[in-house]
Amino acid sequence: MTTHLKIDEPDHRNRLDHMAQGTLGAPLDRPEGPLKVTGTATYADEWPVEGLCHGVLVRASTDKGRVTAVGREAVEALPGVLAVVTDERFLRNPAQGMAGAAPAQGPDRIAYFGQPVALVVAETFEQARHGAETLQIAFDRSDDAVLDLESDRAAVDVPPGKQASQGDLDRAMREAVHAVDVTYRTPGHVSAAMEPHAAIATWDDGLLTLRGSYQMLRFNRLELADSLNIEPDRVRILSPYVGGGFGSKLGISPEAVAAAIAAERLGRPVSVALTRPQVFEGTTHRSETRQRIRLAADAEGRLVGIGHEALVGNLPGEVFAEPVTQATPFVYRGEHRVVGLSVARLDRTCAGSVRAPGEAVGHTALESAMDELAVATGLDPVELRRRNIPEEDPSSGLPFSSHTMRRCLDHGAEAFGWHRRKAEPGSVRDGEWLIGMGMASAVRVNMVVEARARVRLTADGRAEVETDMTDIGTGTYAILTQIASEMLGLPMDRVETRLGDTDLPSGSGSGGSFGASSTGTAVYLACEALRRDLCARLACEEEDLTLKDGMAIAGDRRVALTDLLGGQTLTEEGHVEAGETSKKVRQATYGAYFAEVAVNAVTGETRVRRMHGTFTAGRILNAKTARSQCLGAMVFGIGMALTEELLFDPRHGHIVNHDFAEYHLPVNADVPQIEVDLLEERDAWANPMQAKGIGELGICGAGAAILNAVYNACGVRVRDLPATPDKILPGLP
Amino acid sequence: MRPFDYHRATSSAEAARAVAAPGATVIAGGTNLLDLMKLEVMAPERLIDITRLDLGGIEETGDGGLRIGTLVRNADLAADARVRRDYPVLSRALLAGASGQLRNKATTGGNLMQRTRCYYFYDTAMPCNKREPGSGCGAIGGVTRLHAILGASEHCIATHPSDMAVALLALDATVELEGPEGEGRSVPLADFHRLPGDTPHIETVLQPGEIITAVTLPPPVRGRQVYRKVRDRASYAFALVSVAAVVRMEDGRIAHAALAFGGLAHKPWRDPAVEDLLVGEAPSEALFDRAADRLLADARGQGGNDFKIPLARRTLKAVLADATREAAA
Repeated sequence: MTTHLKIDEPDHRNRLDHMAQGTLGAPLDRPEGPLKVTGTATYADEWPVEGLCHGVLVRASTDKGRVTAVGREAVEALPGVLAVVTDERFLRNPAQGMAGAAPAQGPDRIAYFGQPVALVVAETFEQARHGAETLQIAFDRSDDAVLDLESDRAAVDVPPGKQASQGDLDRAMREAVHAVDVTYRTPGHVSAAMEPHAAIATWDDGLLTLRGSYQMLRFNRLELADSLNIEPDRVRILSPYVGGGFGSKLGISPEAVAAAIAAERLGRPVSVALTRPQVFEGTTHRSETRQRIRLAADAEGRLVGIGHEALVGNLPGEVFAEPVTQATPFVYRGEHRVVGLSVARLDRTCAGSVRAPGEAVGHTALESAMDELAVATGLDPVELRRRNIPEEDPSSGLPFSSHTMRRCLDHGAEAFGWHRRKAEPGSVRDGEWLIGMGMASAVRVNMVVEARARVRLTADGRAEVETDMTDIGTGTYAILTQIASEMLGLPMDRVETRLGDTDLPSGSGSGGSFGASSTGTAVYLACEALRRDLCARLACEEEDLTLKDGMAIAGDRRVALTDLLGGQTLTEEGHVEAGETSKKVRQATYGAYFAEVAVNAVTGETRVRRMHGTFTAGRILNAKTARSQCLGAMVFGIGMALTEELLFDPRHGHIVNHDFAEYHLPVNADVPQIEVDLLEERDAWANPMQAKGIGELGICGAGAAILNAVYNACGVRVRDLPATPDKILPGLP
Repeated sequence: MRPFDYHRATSSAEAARAVAAPGATVIAGGTNLLDLMKLEVMAPERLIDITRLDLGGIEETGDGGLRIGTLVRNADLAADARVRRDYPVLSRALLAGASGQLRNKATTGGNLMQRTRCYYFYDTAMPCNKREPGSGCGAIGGVTRLHAILGASEHCIATHPSDMAVALLALDATVELEGPEGEGRSVPLADFHRLPGDTPHIETVLQPGEIITAVTLPPPVRGRQVYRKVRDRASYAFALVSVAAVVRMEDGRIAHAALAFGGLAHKPWRDPAVEDLLVGEAPSEALFDRAADRLLADARGQGGNDFKIPLARRTLKAVLADATREAAA
């Protein structure tokens, strides 16, 4: 049976607080952890497949134009080379998240430098790679490529749905006691998952099995089938382990389609793994942004107006636009508002979702501007934010489902020791280092995506959880196991969770921080149905049933589950989808960041000394994996503030720093002690578990706390991220 | 990666003979060469593996210096007690470079022979006079954040990436070479690397049929040694600017000053005029400014690396203040 829930109303029952097993929320280890740390978890390109041959993609080395010739004969004559494969179904652009249909295809038309145009397949990876490097491709280059976000020649779309205004912001700015009107710029970012995109395609009697590394399998299957012009039921995707995605594996990438086509043509399984530069060039990256932020405040620092107008870029025809202003409509008060998003059409590699699209860069810029307003008003930055927490969503008038920013600000300030901060920039020095503190709020929209999961309670008293949901390193195996363990009263080792197989019921996929709450709710619903099945056998009400350690307890009866099942296995499916709640309440997660940095007074080098984050996200399903998510998120904040930047060649638009040597992610030495406090919260509007997404929250604004600390340290306001030494140097004495 | 032959050398002279053949290249730690071969930036036909030769070990020389075998790993060299005591600038420079894993593999000779990290050298779709002589310089007019401000040419603006070599240069190190008949010669490190001129693909004075066997340090100079590296992140980033300094003070005046710079040029950079200007003088901000003026008199930015000029000035002055203050105390 399938239990269906469309979330239209809050669920105040809060059933999980009445369960007895005690596993949910606990800081438990990942069940699959030992496999991962011993190298025995099988990632996409690691499957032992008999007869496997290897394909390496070949890129376009021009920015815009057309392929005129492919020198296949010379390469096909090389030792080991089986074929040079080209096909009009090859992807030109990677698929966007939740596309569920083929992205732009047809590699002969070059849309950007680095676009895959051909595949060389050989017996070994090394032979294929040599073939790919040898392959000569002739191009006709068109001379009208637009490569700069702010180019006068760029066509700029202004999507009507992305513009909103109320009141009269221009007037509010003129009449404001304190006004800030600043422009921030953020560079392109890459997801930087450790596992490169890879796929092994095998055809068997017209059925395609693709072992790949993807985040959202039910969509990925549709994208792959549509790209190949076959029915979705002929495609099976397996992604049991995914070595990080961070948005870049939401949709399929060129390797999936190329592997499938080559395998069909050669009649052999084909593996296609992207090299690191190909991951940079051929999958999605985060757009650069230009953000004008206007803040108008009264004498007490209360906002009367907010403007947030952003320019982002993407390839012509791509619908994705970095949703920079996503949280601005509701995060602070102010009756006069302008929010706008424009998209410049660029002939550069495809932009898409990367690590908290929207707030990651948008809230970071807004929170930097808020720090500028704190300076203008003379208010403490924490107090400024406290004064501007709205009572209701100021754009829609909807109530908040819950609002925890104030709690997070207060708790974080106390835990961090914010009172020790000196407001005057440059007033704390430690030898050559100028020390500063900064803070910012965190906010991320919360959402539910349709998801299904099946739970089987077996005759021998175990449970099996099955869904095509993925674990991209976030802890999905752990939390789904915990939900079933808690609901069914089974120890963790009696619950097995199977993920990442499109033959299983369709989960939400991993993305947008919705995986845990969406697919988790589907598991919850299935378990609740199983509890009802057991109640029928016990003739009791579900509320009166206690399940713990394999025993069912109701009133004065205590029965072993195995006896209650009497040799039968019970199976239930949960199915959840988003309902009307977004029309009734504004729902989000909140937090606060505090950072202490040291800026070298000689060189302008910045090092983060310590960082604190306080967050709420409804019920925390696993205190350990949730904390790990926040830690990693704040490391992204360090990268965004200080080191990460895609460098595009101005003449060709290609990414010049397309590896981890030159694209600077924070490494161990850049990451100081980071503290994470998760405050208790329940949000009945979220779902029956009262849990919200946490994966991305810790990214949204984290960089601003660091940039604001840089300002406090040395008085330099960096509005063009990242704050590398060259940007700080001119402002130093 | 292109198919290649592999030859394991049995003696240094035999290695030198083997490497004399066109298309032959020495491999030791391989930390840079293998990356470049995978990218086909380098495509040697034959690798001469010298790692089984007896070219490791650090020995004291008769005159009180140190002889560092070419195969000594960067990690071992940095940790050597004599190096840490007498040549701390070298130890610090080594530890400022690469990562622990790379230092465990990378060798002394290999470190000197590593190639530039210029983005355009690494991308075979771009022109590069170093990779393909005569094809042009892709970096000029492109992204030049990493590039040289001193000694560059219209053919190449790449920088040398080594930290170790900068410290060795300040220590007046000598590179020992051996030829195919077993004949040796010594080249001061200052003369080992070349400026790009119109032949940026020729990076050292190493001749075909020569291999590096050792690097020799003269007896330690008393005084203070400083290595300072300015970088975009705290680990595993190449120097924007680095300074190695060996400075001795006598009676409140600078008696000896050896200054070498990384991140500024096609080779580890040393300018005797800067040192001459300092020696015999009492340290002062004005003096340090004059030293920086001298160092940077011919500096020229490419746009993206213009910041290196003030950064080099500030870093040099801070290093001099540090080295002279400590030494005086």
